[in-house]
Amino acid sequence: MAFEGLADRLQSTLQKIRGKGKVEEADVKVMMREVRLALLEADVNFKVVKDFIKKVSERAVGQDVLKSLTPGQQVVKVVNEELTALLGGEQSKIASSGRPPTVVMMVGLQGAGKTTTSGKLANHLRKKHNKKPLMAAADIYRPAAIKQLETLGKQLDMPVFSLGDQVSPVEIARQAVQKAKEDHNDYVFIDTAGRLHIDENLMEELKQVKEAVKPDEILLVVDSMTGQDAVNVAESFNEQLGLTGVILTKLDGDTRGGAALSIKAVTGLPIKFVGLGEKMDALEPFHPDRMASRILGMGDVLTLIEKA
Amino acid sequence: EKTRSSFTSKVNDLVKRYRKVDEDFFEELEEIMIGADVGVHTVLDIIDDLKDLARTKNIQDPAELKSAISEKLAQMLHKGDSDGTLNIQSDGMTVILFVGVNGVGKTTTIGKLAHQLKNDGKSVLLAAGDTFRAGAIDQLEVWGQRAGVDVIKHQEGADPAAVVYDSIKAAKARNVDVLLCDTAGRLQNKVNLMNELEKVKRVIEREIPGAPHEVLLVVDATTGQNAMNQAKTFGQSTDVTGLVLTKLDGTAKGGIVLAIRHELDIPVKLVGLGEKIDDLQPFDPDQFVYGLFSFNEEEEEEQE
Ligand SMILES: Nc1nc2c(ncn2[C@@H]2O[C@H](COP(=O)(O)OP(=O)(O)OP(=O)(O)O)[C@@H](O)[C@H]2O)c(=O)[nH]1
Ligand SMILES: Nc1nc2c(ncn2[C@@H]2O[C@H](COP(=O)(O)OP(=O)(O)OP(=O)(O)O)[C@@H](O)[C@H]2O)c(=O)[nH]1
Ligand SMILES: [Mg+2]
Ligand SMILES: [Mg+2]
Repeated sequence: MAFEGLADRLQSTLQKIRGKGKVEEADVKVMMREVRLALLEADVNFKVVKDFIKKVSERAVGQDVLKSLTPGQQVVKVVNEELTALLGGEQSKIASSGRPPTVVMMVGLQGAGKTTTSGKLANHLRKKHNKKPLMAAADIYRPAAIKQLETLGKQLDMPVFSLGDQVSPVEIARQAVQKAKEDHNDYVFIDTAGRLHIDENLMEELKQVKEAVKPDEILLVVDSMTGQDAVNVAESFNEQLGLTGVILTKLDGDTRGGAALSIKAVTGLPIKFVGLGEKMDALEPFHPDRMASRILGMGDVLTLIEKA
Repeated sequence: EKTRSSFTSKVNDLVKRYRKVDEDFFEELEEIMIGADVGVHTVLDIIDDLKDLARTKNIQDPAELKSAISEKLAQMLHKGDSDGTLNIQSDGMTVILFVGVNGVGKTTTIGKLAHQLKNDGKSVLLAAGDTFRAGAIDQLEVWGQRAGVDVIKHQEGADPAAVVYDSIKAAKARNVDVLLCDTAGRLQNKVNLMNELEKVKRVIEREIPGAPHEVLLVVDATTGQNAMNQAKTFGQSTDVTGLVLTKLDGTAKGGIVLAIRHELDIPVKLVGLGEKIDDLQPFDPDQFVYGLFSFNEEEEEEQE
């Protein structure tokens, strides 16, 4: 049973080590075995887990135990704090260019949620920030990708720029930005085709789009169910394109979402928003504390400790 | 296959670097498997078995353990009687229902499979059972054109069960060999959407005794441990008969299918290796296991 009993297991481990004033190395060792498993079960990359455990262990040993806590709980507290810190502050801001339009490029693997998130972000900026976005259909490969974006545009009553699927994405992006200037749109969202980070031709195409329109944001859209490979994907996209942020999708599922930690740890990029459904308003700012307890999979234990 | 040919075996490398089968050796083996998304519990089980084996047979040379490792894993995937081929009826119509979470490759796989079946001389019809996602019907229609098969569709927003019902009617009237039913992607924890899917399946069961002949859960190889939850929940609602493992052309290994086989005994039947119409292959356990332990040249350089 992959996800069950983790909180229980931790609880019983917590029970065993109680009644001491300081956290001892032996306690930390016992606890860290469980934390390691929890993180691995949550899909945090194993190398990231290793580093994290090392760092947290060093900090935990020798800590004074708060009156209301057991040494075990004290360790979990430290783990949770470190995890939250690593996940970063709340940064749900999209760049705003001094010279509009602000250009936002959406990139990522196939099926991650780029097209859907383009619609959500455009909707968000219009609703919350009174902006006037344009969406550009630069996926000329996936069958009916343009139709998909146009349908979303119709649902949202938001303009969509398209030149069909016989014009290069570089040219589409260029002309979309031009069009946005003419129509006084203050944002352009460029929806690009899904691609593998190891696909040299398609990655080269993204570099050319970047070169042509000098985006203010290049956002990597990542499926929150991603496993160990998340580090390779994020590192590679970042190296090749110079990303500005990450958006995690499909968090309305029951995944623990360890990819968030993996990506943050290897790229340092801010996670800006999370997708929580298929509808156009299912977008929320990223909350590191919520993500941390989700990854650890022990909301109950944490609530207990937070009250302490 | 571009991702496989340039690989050197990680196990080979492991075996070369260790002189003795010891704790460190097993720890590294554990990491390789966890790194391939096999899943902690399954990995720990496998490691325990291998340790037992090493002890009972007194194996000390890593090279001797090497074949045992591959064998053990391939054996896990071969387990059961199913040889992984699709249950296509030789007499009468075959109905295949595709299910899975969002964006994994259901519609694309249907396009590829339609093409393959048609090449095998079958007549094929597609049911546009995703009436929800923007552009989903058009996407399936493009695949229908590519494969040269018809698509039965309703309007966006229509009841998927009604689409499937009409598709079965049409399939019967036209006497087609295989009906492939697309469904909207849905996360397994959405109870109402899972109920909707059960309803679609019930319509198929009612209209054609013995159908659906396959319920294929499409799983993205990039997915980590959540794929286990997917297999459990979709399995409960729709009696999944096999997996399609897509996007194996990337760097993800899809090791979670080992755990799924181990715990739920659902076999992998097909693998997706790209976005083109020919990028679909039968699942080959031995090749898959080889892939689990291999890494590309880029990583190799990094390590040097
Ligand atoms: N439940 C849920 N589904 C989502 C979310 N974001 C996207 N999806 C769904 O995921 C699937 C893929 O989304 P797309 O927006 O088409 O993904 P994409 O990255 O543009 O895909 P490609 O263009 O093929 O690479 C669709 O079924 C979306 O409805 C989310 O936050 N939650
Ligand atoms: N690289 C690669 N991409 C694939 C493969 N299979 C599908 N894709 C891509 O993954 C994306 C999603 O595929 P779809 O077939 O739309 O997935 P789906 O499960 O029908 O998605 P929803 O209907 O939105 O839930 C598309 O961009 C496909 O081209 C594969 O084997 N390899
Ligand atoms: Mg798209
Ligand atoms: Mg689909």
